[in-house]
Amino acid sequence: MSHDALLNVSQVVKRFGGFTALNGVSLSLNRGEILGLVGPNGSGKTTCINVISGLYAPDGGDVSFHGRSLVHVPMFRRALLGINRTFQIPKPFKALTVRENVEVAGAYVGQRKRVVDDPVDFVGLAAFADASASSLTSGQQKMLDLARALSTGPELLLVDELAAGLNPQELDAVAKKLTFLASQGVAMIVVEHLLGFVNQLTQHVIVMNEGREIFEGALSAAAKDPQVTAVYLGQSEVSVRDGRQ
Amino acid sequence: MRKNKLSNAIILVGLAILFILAPLLYPNQSVPFQMMAYMALAQGINLLYGFTGYLPFGYVGFFGSGAYGVSVLVLLLHWSVIPAVIGGGLVAVAVALLLSPLLRLSGAYFSIGSLAASEIVYYIVSNPNMQNITQGPYGVNLAGVYAPNTSYYAMLVILLIFTAVVMYVKNSTFGMSLLAIKEDPVSAAMCGVNVVRNRVVIWLASAFAAGLAGAVYGWYVSVFYPSSVFDLTISIFAIVFTLFGGGGTVLGPIVGTIVLYGLYNTIGVSSPQYFQLIYGLLIVVLVMFLPQGLTSLLKRRGINVP
Ligand SMILES: Nc1ncnc2c1ncn2[C@@H]1O[C@H](COP(=O)(O)OP(=O)(O)OP(=O)(O)O)[C@@H](O)[C@H]1O
Ligand SMILES: [Mg+2]
Repeated sequence: MSHDALLNVSQVVKRFGGFTALNGVSLSLNRGEILGLVGPNGSGKTTCINVISGLYAPDGGDVSFHGRSLVHVPMFRRALLGINRTFQIPKPFKALTVRENVEVAGAYVGQRKRVVDDPVDFVGLAAFADASASSLTSGQQKMLDLARALSTGPELLLVDELAAGLNPQELDAVAKKLTFLASQGVAMIVVEHLLGFVNQLTQHVIVMNEGREIFEGALSAAAKDPQVTAVYLGQSEVSVRDGRQ
Repeated sequence: MRKNKLSNAIILVGLAILFILAPLLYPNQSVPFQMMAYMALAQGINLLYGFTGYLPFGYVGFFGSGAYGVSVLVLLLHWSVIPAVIGGGLVAVAVALLLSPLLRLSGAYFSIGSLAASEIVYYIVSNPNMQNITQGPYGVNLAGVYAPNTSYYAMLVILLIFTAVVMYVKNSTFGMSLLAIKEDPVSAAMCGVNVVRNRVVIWLASAFAAGLAGAVYGWYVSVFYPSSVFDLTISIFAIVFTLFGGGGTVLGPIVGTIVLYGLYNTIGVSSPQYFQLIYGLLIVVLVMFLPQGLTSLLKRRGINVP
């Protein structure tokens, strides 16, 4: 675990009542690096993002950003520090327009440097800028989540199942956008079920199961790892090509 | 933005002219005075409800705190009346600060919690053991500072100030952050909004409006009792006026108060039996057909309501 990493997550534990959703998760991430976080339903991927973004306080372990512990840093301050996210179930401000959604985020982050000038345009929602967020499809709302996150100028972006429900061309376009962000120095954790999509972004993946990491390494190696294939319910091999289970 | 400034200026000047002329045209000064008091309270509720969705049934607790604040500062501490009025407003702010954990509740739980809290304040103030400070249930007499005309204009100033505060909040990034919190506190936090602090700030501002209105009310009437300044009818009226006109707008609480309080004074006093009926019907019709208030009629036509 390097000390100059942008993000260090070490031995994080998160319990809900008697249930342990994260059981000693550790990872670290450098500037501009993309980490794929994969695993079956309920394995703890979203919980991991919730702990890093500050929505949940961990019951054990530590999360640090630029070498400083975030344990007592509230969610809004993490956003100001340059950590942002999208939501698996998108959470736009439904009563506001697309542009207003992004303006709210832009209004509070002060002088943070943005990697994209016009987040609404970047995510492909320019034609809907004055439409109410509630009129967007769920896929578009996820893009709005992304635009809103980008308007805060994040250094660390946590992306939770952005690709679900997109068609192959849209998937390609989104992958290109995320790759561009990484090339500009944005570090990303990408939670995704579609392994083909992850494959377009990065070779570095962590596979989770029941709150633990069962594999860390190259996606191509993960597909041949017996523990990984075992958790993907009887599938003898995880198909990297289309990734659909 | 410029359009907003113009319409806001018109509203403020219009209110000032209306309430400067009213006592000259209307035989009974206390009617326009009460209307101003309700309008100021409605704007205070508007600050909280219109921008955060919290509906404080116990709002009158701040009004009563302001009235008793001014009486203690004048009678016990011998402050002169204007600083005492401001002090009365600050007493309400202090009460609100103590009650700020209520903001952890949501929806009906918050409304009922605030109602219970105002009842507690009422019982403390009216407790006979408090006679040395508040005169308990026996009421206070501020005859020494009685000044109906000055206090009338003081209420006008408070009304104008809090109408201007609503204008500011409505057009500021602060107001936008409150609307964002109302929509989705988690998303608001990810936008860098300090959710807890901003909620508390608007809660205190709202309490300050009621506290100042209560303080000036106490000064104006000069003789009052706990049961009159902690009367739940005051909360109910102010809430209904706000909702009737439409929360989240500058104009809504003004229009709501003029229409409903006007109606109350024309029919309500002469033939209360019809008044109850008409009032009830109006409110039912509103809830069913115009849940966003009277001003939403204009919004639906695409007219921007200040
Ligand atoms: N707020 C919560 N309260 C109780 N249990 C929770 C909560 N959040 C998550 N869990 C539980 O923790 C486990 C991990 O959930 P999590 O959402 O992190 O899974 P995931 O890997 O994101 O799954 P999916 O692929 O379905 O999104 C699940 O069993 C879930 O039911
Ligand atoms: Mg999930």
